[in-house]
Amino acid sequence: MTQDVSVRMASPRSRYAEITQEVVGIPLDYRRWRNWWILFGIALALLLLFFISAGVLFWNGVGVWGLNIPVNWGIAISNYVWWLGIGHAGTLISAMLLLLNQPWRNALNRFAEAMTLFAVTCAGLYPILHLGRPWRFYWMAPYPNTMNVWPQFRSPLTWDFFAVLTYLTVSVLFWYIGTVPDLAASRDRARPRFWQVFYGLLALGWRGSAIHWARWRQAYRLTAAIAVPLVISVHSEISLLFAAGPIPGWNSTVFPPYFVLGAAFSGFAVVSMIAVVLRRAFHLQNLVTSRHLDLLGKLVLATGMMTAYGYVIEVYATYYGGERYEMETLWDRFTGVYAFSYWAAVACNFLPLQLLWLRGARTSPVLLFLISLSVAVGMWFERYMLIVTSLYKDYLPSSWGLYDVSVWEWTLYAGTMGVFFVPFLLLIRLLPMISAFEVKETLYESRAQDRPSAAPPGMEGSSNHA
Amino acid sequence: MREPRSSHETSNGLYGVMAEFKSPEDLTQAVRQARECGYRHLDAFTPFPVEGLAEEIGFADRRVPLATLTGGIFGAALGYGMQVYTNLDYSLNVGGRPIVAPTAFMLITFELLVLFAVLFGIGTMFILNRLPRLHHPLFGADRFDTASLDRFFLVIFSNDERFDVRRTQDFLWGLGPERVQGVPLTGAPE
Repeated sequence: MTQDVSVRMASPRSRYAEITQEVVGIPLDYRRWRNWWILFGIALALLLLFFISAGVLFWNGVGVWGLNIPVNWGIAISNYVWWLGIGHAGTLISAMLLLLNQPWRNALNRFAEAMTLFAVTCAGLYPILHLGRPWRFYWMAPYPNTMNVWPQFRSPLTWDFFAVLTYLTVSVLFWYIGTVPDLAASRDRARPRFWQVFYGLLALGWRGSAIHWARWRQAYRLTAAIAVPLVISVHSEISLLFAAGPIPGWNSTVFPPYFVLGAAFSGFAVVSMIAVVLRRAFHLQNLVTSRHLDLLGKLVLATGMMTAYGYVIEVYATYYGGERYEMETLWDRFTGVYAFSYWAAVACNFLPLQLLWLRGARTSPVLLFLISLSVAVGMWFERYMLIVTSLYKDYLPSSWGLYDVSVWEWTLYAGTMGVFFVPFLLLIRLLPMISAFEVKETLYESRAQDRPSAAPPGMEGSSNHA
Repeated sequence: MREPRSSHETSNGLYGVMAEFKSPEDLTQAVRQARECGYRHLDAFTPFPVEGLAEEIGFADRRVPLATLTGGIFGAALGYGMQVYTNLDYSLNVGGRPIVAPTAFMLITFELLVLFAVLFGIGTMFILNRLPRLHHPLFGADRFDTASLDRFFLVIFSNDERFDVRRTQDFLWGLGPERVQGVPLTGAPE
């Protein structure tokens, strides 16, 4: 078997083989140990910080945070929305663009989906940590109990439990069945016994049978078709956590679409950042091409402008409604104690974004990264603004109060970065991070369109497979 | 379509005969010719999904979409039923609002619809594909590891009515493959 492989390597390799070698070779023949260990060390330190912060929180209770009674949802909940919003872009890139037959997504979907998994995990931790008695989080589940009570199914807080768990489960399954064929390719390329067994178990015995592919495609496309409305339902539901309450600045029917678009906006920005870093770190320029960056830039720009429209409509609807407390809250956002968060959101979200109208900015990795970073920060400010400016002054002056983020909230937030990056780095190290078989499928289909005159596919050099 | 699953179904202890091709077109062409020649128990193996290939083999299975639909209906019924039952079982009167409140119940109904549709669909896909499994006769075949790289394989199973080792091999050679080999049923792991 081993000689056979070496013989095959010597012969001119097809483009199909090159793609697989390039993708599968990253975990199998890992070269960038030093940088990986530096990053992994930082991520592990952050993860440790997460456990310390969570430990301090469990020991002392939510009093170690800056929460108080008007502002009882601090950055715990704004970070929850932020992480979940980032997660949604992975599903949208993967599922929506699959259904719209946009094959360029194939170079991006795998790590975008991985991003979804870990972002949703970070998000899901926050409401539990915020509970005060987190060890009773299972009270959200409907199970027969000696207290003879059930969850309150008419409350968005109970909807949240179902929405996030469903979303996490569906994301894991969608990512996993999309990875199985590449795990099989890794199994077939692996030489050391350990890795053959490791990938062999994960690949579940996949062998590329046409019948298997046909059923796989049915299941994969159907899951994608269901995942798109799922994303919209989940983030609409998140917005109802706010919109279903009588708080000025929250009680608005604009919220569901506004939240969904904002989520897609921040998520596409983070996908762009990850794409820029990965293609530079692993020299993937011929898989994640500048055309991909261009298209990602357009997605960020489009969703960003839609989010900007949401900002405008929010102001317009408040003035059109003319309700006094709503107007007060809006005015507090512009000029109040927390006005910095409103203007930081507007500035970070929409000013650098305008550069993306230029092709040069979209295809420049550095600029795209910086603009996306600005969007990620801006969207964080937006969630902060939405929560704090609405809560700190509502109806009665006697119940107004200020909120200051405590050290332990900041450390917990930094810690969730560790919760995100530790598994993400492990995934990059261990599993194929680009969908090799889908890139090959795209290559084949684009060649099939260019024919009839061309040479048999798979036997020439590079080609525009994006 | 159907592969041999035990030694009673085989001839000469063979799982089948395998031909290797360089391109999806050659493979699709070969599958078509094998079907025209009367072979019914065959399968193709490719590194990526090739549009229309399974249909050439005679694949017309709609059980995965059906299972997804069933799962969706089951999940929606479960979600809605659970909320109605629990609310009737322990009625929480909040400001005189209806105990059974369809608008408020729709979100969880939808989430469970999605959850069960996906679980049923993907579960059925794995069950019908007889996955996961640890070993398979084909993994013992020479060069079959390239089926996940850049080669395309046609296998005619030994439980086909028209299967005859020599004649089937000759037939496969006639299709212009890179190579042809017999695959024993129990390829032991290396």
